[in-house]
Amino acid sequence: MATPCDTHVAAVPKTFLQQLIDVLCAKGYRVVGPALRDGAVMWDTIRQVSDLPIGWRDEQEPGRYRLENTGSDQIFGVVHGPQSVKPLAFAPREPLLVIERTKGSFSALPTLPKSEKVAVLGARACDLAGLAIQDHIFLKDAYRDPYYQTRRDGLFLIAVNCTRALATCFCASMDTGPRASAAFDLALTELEEVFLVEAGSAAGQAMMSALSLAPASTARVREAEQQIEACARSQVRRLDRSPLPQALYDAHEHPRWDDVAARCLACGNCTMVCPTCFCHVVEEVPDLTQTRSEHTRLWDSCFTQEHGYIHGKNIRPTIKDRYRMWLTHKLASWIDQFGTSGCVGCGRCITWCPVGIDLTEELPALLKPSSQAKEKPGQA
Amino acid sequence: MSQPKDHGKPGRPKMAVFKFASCDGCQLSILNLEDDLLALGQALDIAYFPEASSDMREGPYDIALVEGSITTPEDARRILSVRKQAPLLITIGACATAGGIQALRNWGDVEAFKRVVYPSPQYIQSLSTSTPISEHVRVDFELWGCPIDKEQLLRVITDLLAGVQPRLPTHSVCIECKRRGNVCVMVAKGIPCLGPVTRTGCGAICPSMGRDCYGCFGPAEGAHEGPGLPPNTASLAKEFHQGLQLIPIEVLRRFRGINGSVRPFREESQAWEQKDRAG
Repeated sequence: MATPCDTHVAAVPKTFLQQLIDVLCAKGYRVVGPALRDGAVMWDTIRQVSDLPIGWRDEQEPGRYRLENTGSDQIFGVVHGPQSVKPLAFAPREPLLVIERTKGSFSALPTLPKSEKVAVLGARACDLAGLAIQDHIFLKDAYRDPYYQTRRDGLFLIAVNCTRALATCFCASMDTGPRASAAFDLALTELEEVFLVEAGSAAGQAMMSALSLAPASTARVREAEQQIEACARSQVRRLDRSPLPQALYDAHEHPRWDDVAARCLACGNCTMVCPTCFCHVVEEVPDLTQTRSEHTRLWDSCFTQEHGYIHGKNIRPTIKDRYRMWLTHKLASWIDQFGTSGCVGCGRCITWCPVGIDLTEELPALLKPSSQAKEKPGQA
Repeated sequence: MSQPKDHGKPGRPKMAVFKFASCDGCQLSILNLEDDLLALGQALDIAYFPEASSDMREGPYDIALVEGSITTPEDARRILSVRKQAPLLITIGACATAGGIQALRNWGDVEAFKRVVYPSPQYIQSLSTSTPISEHVRVDFELWGCPIDKEQLLRVITDLLAGVQPRLPTHSVCIECKRRGNVCVMVAKGIPCLGPVTRTGCGAICPSMGRDCYGCFGPAEGAHEGPGLPPNTASLAKEFHQGLQLIPIEVLRRFRGINGSVRPFREESQAWEQKDRAG
């Protein structure tokens, strides 16, 4: 991975971006980037720089997302939409197998996705940190998920370092941003007149060599560094991980769980937008003739009733059980299970919660001695 | 399942479709199955379906689909006879499952409505309430929606034909929205959407078109008495009021719609009716 003072950092005019898109297309990539849709940015195919949300920026706060046009020529002014990179590797709905009944027997037909080369333009540091966690889950050791793997192998990741933090961002306290550090192929930093470009992989290096880019001056590199650092310092939310995981285990009977359960809708939005949540359900989708059935995997959520149901009993019948399960896994038992936090500090669960539940507010409340928590029952 | 008495291939279960107080939209959903309608006709002997065919054969049947709610004394008697004619009774749609939009009468004065609408109201035989089929007879399976989702109907029939207990998801519309890649209309546009407390099954049609869910699939999870807890309508209603600035009567109207008489939605609308009256 390149460091900011690396001589391999190039400075290119803004027009470089179209050149990059064209080169990627010529190499057979479908370029996917943020595009305006229905009041947010969503991943879409990008052919021209003008397909990107130039001049727009997002304002996010608990339960609220708004775009505004600033009239600037900034290309990556929108930090992120509801989607992380997750849906590009872990499909929300996909058949795992098709079973066909034949005379006296059956056959199982494979349904591996067609491998597609997809260049993701504009992944944020938090997105990449989330992807690294999903890689660990889906591609670990002998238990590699071939569906995920096929999509993941086709990705060429172009990160954009963040120079503006949202009110909901707390990546700095999670050590996941605002500078992209997890695996990327290229990383861009958008300055007023130029992009700084650095490679994070052999494929990215090859791309830079092929484009023969001019090295950035030390002053430019320092300017980018300062902007990224300022972005980190400007973050108003943080999450103190130091007492985790144990402190959250100790808070299992804390009255704050009842308080948050009174607000939580158990709608599952937080888990759907989370870059690391990986829960899924597998459904059998037979046809009426009973000769063919699709074994289909769907995104699922630990907030649903069905998810807590095991042979005759629901082990998480109440919303309190489910929120506690989710937050405790995300911030505490994830560490025991996978060696990292399950949270990357992107703040999506805060923004896209219809009632604006904020885990950076819930965690400190849950870690306070419970008599204090009773006196200050939050906003419920 | 018993063998059909006449018509069709032997062994095909006999199905009947009955109508009570309803708009026929759910029955039309069956007729709109297109290619699947042919497959359905091959898998089942459609013996009684007046909306579709004048060839109406008598029961008993193996499966009875029931559309509509109970709004007249005659309907209240007729549903008992339907129940006797089929070992499996499936309600189709919000009217049969929950009382439907016409259950708004449950908050009104039906005698007064009759006097306003009809010159000779004494000839109108109508109950003062619209009630779901399950308040009158045992129901084996309920399909929600206004109208039902044809895929859900096919799924349930497929499962029954295979001898499998049908099971449909009860979680929120939001999960389907996110799977489809919809932008949340509530968070991004401030539109008061019922999706977070509404049962999935429609395919998130309304939010996919940029508008709010109005709860036509009924409350998520525990809609009726029995297993499953009711959705947290109180928190969503509070957000509509405090966050999105809806006044109490607007919050009331959000919940008192197509499935307004189902307990979680009914109780929420009544809570906001009290706030509205309190001023």
